[in-house]
Amino acid sequence: MNLSGARERWVRTGGIELCVAELGDEKQPTVVLVHGYPDSKEVWSDVAVRLAERWHVVLYDVRGHGRSTAPKPLRGGFTLEKLTDDFLAVADAVSPDRPVHVVGHDWGSVQSWEFATVTRTEGRIASFTSMSGPSLDHFGHWIKQRMTRPTPRRVGQLLGQGAKSWYVYMLHTPVLPELAWRGPLGKRWPRILERMEKVPAGDYPTASLPNDAAHGAWLYRDNVRARLRRPRADAYAHVPVQLITPTGDIFLSEKLYDQLEHWVPQLVRRSLPAKHWVPRTRPDQLASWVSEFVAANETARREGMPVQDTVAKGAYADRFGGQLVLITGAAGGIGRATAFAFAEAGARVVAVDRDAEGAARTAEMARLIGAPAAWGEAVDVSDEQAMEKLAEKVAAEYGIVDVLVNNAGIGLSGSFLETTSEDWKNVLDVNLWGVIHGCRVFGKQMADRGQGGHIVNTASAAAYQPSRALPAYSTSKAAVLMLSECLRAELAERSIGVSAICPGIVNTNITATTHFAGADAAEEKRLRQRTSRLYGLRNYPPEKVADAILKAVVRNQAVVPVTPEARGARLLSRISPGVLRGIARLKPPL
Amino acid sequence: MASAVKDATALELQGFREVQRLAYDCAEAVAGQLRPGVTEREAARMQREWLRERGVRDWFHLPFAWFGDRTAFAGFKVPLQFFPTNRKLEPGMPFILDMAPVYKGFTADIGYSGCLGLSPLHDKLLADLEAHRDLILREVRERRSLRAIYEDVEGLMIRQGYANRHRAYPFGVIAHKVDRVEERRWSPHVLGFGTQSLKGLLSDALHGHRDGWSPLWSPYSFSDHPPRPGLWAVEPHLGFRGTGAKFEEILVVTDSRDPEESAFWLDDDLPHVRRWAEEKVAA
Repeated sequence: MNLSGARERWVRTGGIELCVAELGDEKQPTVVLVHGYPDSKEVWSDVAVRLAERWHVVLYDVRGHGRSTAPKPLRGGFTLEKLTDDFLAVADAVSPDRPVHVVGHDWGSVQSWEFATVTRTEGRIASFTSMSGPSLDHFGHWIKQRMTRPTPRRVGQLLGQGAKSWYVYMLHTPVLPELAWRGPLGKRWPRILERMEKVPAGDYPTASLPNDAAHGAWLYRDNVRARLRRPRADAYAHVPVQLITPTGDIFLSEKLYDQLEHWVPQLVRRSLPAKHWVPRTRPDQLASWVSEFVAANETARREGMPVQDTVAKGAYADRFGGQLVLITGAAGGIGRATAFAFAEAGARVVAVDRDAEGAARTAEMARLIGAPAAWGEAVDVSDEQAMEKLAEKVAAEYGIVDVLVNNAGIGLSGSFLETTSEDWKNVLDVNLWGVIHGCRVFGKQMADRGQGGHIVNTASAAAYQPSRALPAYSTSKAAVLMLSECLRAELAERSIGVSAICPGIVNTNITATTHFAGADAAEEKRLRQRTSRLYGLRNYPPEKVADAILKAVVRNQAVVPVTPEARGARLLSRISPGVLRGIARLKPPL
Repeated sequence: MASAVKDATALELQGFREVQRLAYDCAEAVAGQLRPGVTEREAARMQREWLRERGVRDWFHLPFAWFGDRTAFAGFKVPLQFFPTNRKLEPGMPFILDMAPVYKGFTADIGYSGCLGLSPLHDKLLADLEAHRDLILREVRERRSLRAIYEDVEGLMIRQGYANRHRAYPFGVIAHKVDRVEERRWSPHVLGFGTQSLKGLLSDALHGHRDGWSPLWSPYSFSDHPPRPGLWAVEPHLGFRGTGAKFEEILVVTDSRDPEESAFWLDDDLPHVRRWAEEKVAA
């Protein structure tokens, strides 16, 4: 077993011997991890070692799985009642005088829903984190609701989930599943997981897999039909629940958790762009959410306030809570607004800018509106060494970045013939090289960690709208757009999304610092004031661009034009580029 | 003769100071009575009644109250949205009370920001307003154009990370002139504004238009002139994602050559000024 430093013990209950492993300091609150099907407790190994830094972590093999013994006979030995007995026996053994925090994945979550909703466990559980496993009772009611009042949408939901549950019917056939698991399926399973789920190779699945899977078929046979046909009417959770929904789960649809608030008075929702086996593919994120939830519950219990009040409430808080987001050009405009939007969603924010004071200010305000932590860093994005140093520092002190927003940029206007090579160099250094450095150093860290992530590059509507007034600026932004599209193709296999944002005319400070090639100081000042005034009249707020950026990350959109004019130009560039070329010849009204 | 003019001015300033204090007392008294569940309309009525009991008969404008994200003027497009609504106050919500009573012929126009319960964010906004009070006074003494000062105030707000919410005010004004108002037995108001005061403002606008100045302090070219002697009700208003804060008080501008005397705040003993002083002592 690859649980370094784990202490093992055996817990005897109802004629079964359960194999229990413990990590971390026993004096800390206990977190019990319950595995799913067809797994053993090793599915949690990556999550467990991370949690053990702060909590007393307990894992056990469910009866019939891993090194725990199986009931005899198997039929009737896997009912939820018996699984609850097992859980209580483990909880009493490892944490006799303090309620435990339960975390369940897949079938581990299904059975933990039972623990969290039956009366005999009251007072023994402090919180429950559920992933990829609904309560069979809630599921039963969900089906009944849709059968009794079938609207087209509800029928669609029923059919959708029905198709995703194909394996449940298969597992109800006698003998065949066992034969398959002990035969070819058991042998191929690790490869299937690697290919379908991108589960990294390692200590999982364990050698006991064929036996676990064969025994585990009785989890379905003993419970599913009975519970779905007659779901309990009183399946209300008596503990706070954190629901983590992987959005790419091929076995369970997100719709299953509609109206879950009805059953759970204290519910915190999280969503994760990942497939089914999140304990293997996203251990960092899970450990951080579980840890945060356990900590919030411990504080709430001490101070007597509901847990929900400690969770950020901004848009997409379910998705970005606790994540690390780094934004360049964060001392103003779109960068600052984006930092604030992520902060409201509960993300930790690193605000990077040349302007140290502005970056620090962004960080300070971000903390005031919901960021659990925020830091300002003064770095020039065009400086490769400085960016590398920043990446090292961020990785060492705050962790690996989950979302990177390469936003820093400068304006440059003026005809091509008047643009000097110095001008070209300046604008390309910041607008293009800044993005390249950001993607290289932080993108590499993301890819190396192998737990997904997202990169957002701020391009511009100028990337596809040619103009005689902005040759250098447009070129730099077109390069950013193409860079983003290429990188998106490359990083897709690592579950890292890349989005290019094309804002259009937005009321920010960029016009006040834009260099006008070929203009003397007085003329430049006049032009800056004039463009600033025009941008001010257009008055499109950077906050709306920030919203578009968050949405682009959540939906993993490739290219996002934001303002109406940016969307219009994008459309024209695809259906009628000649019109855009005509517009490009017009002299701007300055 | 000169001293007589000075005395008359001092006496007049005393009258303005008195009504401004009265208005701030009212704001503090009403703020102290705000509880969860009180609506904006009720808060506005409380201000109205408090001032009426103390002899206020006419208004530059009737009292306003804004709660929650309405303090940041979220989504304000038409002037009707300024009027108090049935929005209820909740714990942790910021609020702004804004009133402009006329008392014994003197006008005040004040804005008071508060919060029901503790809010570090709201504290921060209030603290950051101090820089605006200093900036405005300094630049008025430098006799910069009103439009330029407006732009500098807005620039400071943007550097601080805030949105400039007086963009949402009618004509985008950050300040307007106030004057003495003739006391009449009958003083009707139109759309919340006292007709006597409006008349004064309109006549100022008319005269100003001829002489190239405006009684409104705005980002537009009609405010592109140095500060005009008189009394200005200045109201910088910060907005930050659903939370807003402002103060409003009277700035006295004179034609004195001495910079100190050329412009000064009518009164330095006001709740927000006291608050900043206390913070400094605490720090």
